[in-house]
Amino acid sequence: MKTIKIVALLAVVLTATHALAAEQLQIDGSTTVGPIGDAFAEAFKDKASITVSKTGSGDGAAALLEGRCDIAMMSRFMKDAEFKAAVEKGIMPVAHAIAMDGVCTVVHPSNPVSALTSEQIRDIYMCKITNWKEVGGADMPIVVISRDTSSGTYETFEGLVMNKEKMGDCVEYVNSNPQMHARVKSTIGAIGYVGLGFLDRNVKALKVNDVIPTRSTIAKGIYPVSRPLFLFTNGYPKLGSMIFQFCTFHLTEEGQEIIEDKGFVAVTAY
Amino acid sequence: MSKNTSKPSSNPAAAQFSRPLRLSVSQDLRGLLAKNIGHGILFSITFVSVLAVMAIFYFVVQESVPFIFKGGFRDSLSRVTEFLTSTAWYPQKEENPEYGALAIIVGSLYVTFCSLIIAVPIGVLAAVFLSDIAPFSVRQYCKPIIEILAAIPSVAYGVFAVMVVAPWMQKTLGFSTGTNAINASLILSVMALPTIISVAEDALSAIGREIREASYGLGATRAETMIKVVIPAAHSGIIAAVILGMMRAIGETMVVWMASGNSSRIPSPWWDLSQSVRTMTATIAGELGEVPKDTDHYYVLFAIGLLLLIFTFGLNMTSEFFMTRFKKKSRGL
Repeated sequence: MKTIKIVALLAVVLTATHALAAEQLQIDGSTTVGPIGDAFAEAFKDKASITVSKTGSGDGAAALLEGRCDIAMMSRFMKDAEFKAAVEKGIMPVAHAIAMDGVCTVVHPSNPVSALTSEQIRDIYMCKITNWKEVGGADMPIVVISRDTSSGTYETFEGLVMNKEKMGDCVEYVNSNPQMHARVKSTIGAIGYVGLGFLDRNVKALKVNDVIPTRSTIAKGIYPVSRPLFLFTNGYPKLGSMIFQFCTFHLTEEGQEIIEDKGFVAVTAY
Repeated sequence: MSKNTSKPSSNPAAAQFSRPLRLSVSQDLRGLLAKNIGHGILFSITFVSVLAVMAIFYFVVQESVPFIFKGGFRDSLSRVTEFLTSTAWYPQKEENPEYGALAIIVGSLYVTFCSLIIAVPIGVLAAVFLSDIAPFSVRQYCKPIIEILAAIPSVAYGVFAVMVVAPWMQKTLGFSTGTNAINASLILSVMALPTIISVAEDALSAIGREIREASYGLGATRAETMIKVVIPAAHSGIIAAVILGMMRAIGETMVVWMASGNSSRIPSPWWDLSQSVRTMTATIAGELGEVPKDTDHYYVLFAIGLLLLIFTFGLNMTSEFFMTRFKKKSRGL
């Protein structure tokens, strides 16, 4: 009897706390923007109960069109077909660019090569160039490493460097930024790509088309392998509403700290 | 002669019975009902496990059927042949995705067989040592330590492979890449060892002293007894041990995902194991998280899962066959 009373009391307390967090927000979309969405939701957890679901940019756009979510996170702008379908359904998509994502090509620090063009990088990843001496380095076979196909970093790289060409079959795949960093750090002939937040003294970032990847070149969009990350809403959100606060959080200091913490670049180019 | 419990002191034996020996009809029926309900509850609890296995099979088959049986019969046949014989695995391409899983299947087989080549001699010899040669105190310490090898999480093995074994291979052995087939095989053989050793050692111990003593009685030396008498007598059990080790190796995901490099190709001189390969388990683990539901890519990943399930199920049945043969033989002798 006593345990039943305790259990009942706990149940009432838990449901009460859930009911107190009145406002519900549903956010669907890209896995690249996902960590930012999660961290923002965590910062808002006292004011609203936010559910972040990471199913891919395309799925996020579809959810916004069907009204299944309030905000769609997308690591690319909406395709023409998606935009048109949205307008036809009466949904006016408004894009908020909350961060810039820069993908840096890295090699082992002892590698003499320090700059490549994006065509050379594409040929390396298509397995047409297989030895470092063909691009001005030592006579060593190139160990080509990529992120696995479900990653947002891979999507950025594929879209901006590969130009939709298939990667060759000599490419090894790793499944996270830290693992990519560990492999390039320990393999002398390796080439790989990581997000900006993972650059340190143990790997050497290459200049791509003569632009070195730093926060300012990525934020200004000069570095070729950079792209903005978007939040899409239906129309501009009402001032002061929870959606508005979420979509302008990236302009606050706390939001920018979160964005830099996750390895992205804040849109303010300071 | 009916005993009457109203006078327990009259017969000391009858005092131990807490109920009358002749039950009334309602008591009898209640007892029958209680027994049947008890059996039914226990049966349903056991059946839940069987149900789980059947549900897994059903789910995997259901999700892979849309890939296998799409379009007419000729279409399906050509898709299945492309799946089993082509090495071009490009499921993410937008215009013409290609689902050729041969490189992935071959990668799994390479890694499994190489790990068995390393693990089987070591495992069987260790089992022979533990059952026949080691003094009891050594056996008492060694067996639990070997079981601990089986309890280490596979992620720990994977991290060890990437952080320690891969750079070592690159520096000392001069391979251009440290995450390759041989790295994954080494770690998998360490993971399969405890299974092989335990089951083989049980099989060797179950042979019984008579066989060994008969062999010594005929004048054989210890080596001859072990090689020519004990191991052949336990051969079904040893084969079952090897097959169980193979099942462990083929189904392992985390280690091969981190240690094998994941490049989807067959190594170009076929014996060059220092090249990176990709296994079926790593493909499913790496791609299933992101793929949108109910697309061809989703179904083909389940088709790979079905292939894996068929392999392991077949291996399990074979090992069961050998184990029952072994049990029959060892009982018959």
